[in-house]
Amino acid sequence: MKTVKRIIGTMALAAIMVLTVSCKDGNKNEPAAPMSNEMHQESMDDKDNMAMNDNQDAKAILQDYFKLKDALVETNNDKAKQLGATLASTLGSFDASSYSDNEQQELKDILEDAIEHAEHISESDMAHQREHFKILSKDVTDMVAITGTEMKIYEQFCPMYKNNEGGAWLSMNEEIRNPYFGDKMLKCGKVQREIN
Amino acid sequence: MALIVIQFFPITLNESDTVPQSDFMVENQVPATIKNRLQVSCYDCHSNNTDYPWYSKIQPAAWYLEDHIQEGKDELNFNEWAEYSDRRKNSKLRSIISQIEEDKMPLDSYTLIHKDAILSDEDKRVIIDYMKALKDSLE
Repeated sequence: MKTVKRIIGTMALAAIMVLTVSCKDGNKNEPAAPMSNEMHQESMDDKDNMAMNDNQDAKAILQDYFKLKDALVETNNDKAKQLGATLASTLGSFDASSYSDNEQQELKDILEDAIEHAEHISESDMAHQREHFKILSKDVTDMVAITGTEMKIYEQFCPMYKNNEGGAWLSMNEEIRNPYFGDKMLKCGKVQREIN
Repeated sequence: MALIVIQFFPITLNESDTVPQSDFMVENQVPATIKNRLQVSCYDCHSNNTDYPWYSKIQPAAWYLEDHIQEGKDELNFNEWAEYSDRRKNSKLRSIISQIEEDKMPLDSYTLIHKDAILSDEDKRVIIDYMKALKDSLE
C-alpha cells in the first residue's frame, strides 16, 4: 500500500512539475497584437528590396482574397474554409517595415482584424463565412488604400445582403459574381469604384 | 485510479482582484443594469476574473473549464477592451450582437448550470441596443 501511495505521489508531483512549466508558456493576458513582433523583427538593410517585397505581400493577400471570394461565389463551404486558413497565414506574413510609422500602425490594426476574420472563415458555416467576409473585405480595401495595387480592382456592392444592410467586396473582374448570395442572386450588385 | 490521480493536477486559475483601466465598463459608461447582466452572463469566460463554480474543484471538469475560459478570452476579453483598435472593437461588437441575436451566447453548456446567466428577451434587446449604439458611435 505504501508503495502505491508513493507511486501516486511521485506521479502527481511529476505531473505538477510538467504543468507548472507548460503553464508558464500559456500567458494569460496575452496582448492583442500577435503579429506586431514578427513585423518588426525583419531586418531593415535593403529598403528598395523591402518596398518591392511589401508590394508582393499585398499582392499575395489580394490573390488569396480573390480565391476565397470565388469559393463564396460557388457557395463552397469547405473550400472557403481552406482558403480562409490560407489567407490568414498570408495576412500574417505581411511585412510592413518599409511603411511610415502611421501607416504601420494602421496596417497592424487592419491585419490583426483581417486575420481574425479569415480564421473565423476557416471554421464557420456558410452564413458566418459571408458575414466575416463582409468585414474582411473592408479590411482588405483599407489595406489597398495604403499599399496601392498594380492590378486594377473593382469594388462592387450588393445592396440586398443582410436584410438590405448591403455588402461590398473586391474583384479583379468588372462582371458581377456575388459572393454573398452565390447562385441565388449571382448577378446582384454593381461596380462602385475602380481602384488602380 | 486515473480519476484519483488527476485530482492532483493543478490548473491555472483565471482570477484577478483588480478591474483594469482597459475594462469595457471603465472605458464605456455602461448603465448599471447592463453592466450587471454582462458580468453575470459573460465575464466568467470573457474576462480575467472567473467566479468559479463548485465543480471547478473536480477534475476533469477543471480542465474543461480552463479550456473554455482560454478560448473565450482569446475571442473577446472585456478587460482588455481599451487595447483593441477601433477597427477590432467594431468587429467585436458586431460579433457580440450576432452571437446574442442568434442565441449562441451564453453557451448552453454554461447556462445549464448557471441559470442566472440566461438572458431574457428583454435582456437581449437592451444589450443589443446598447452594443449597436456603441458600434455606431465608433463608425
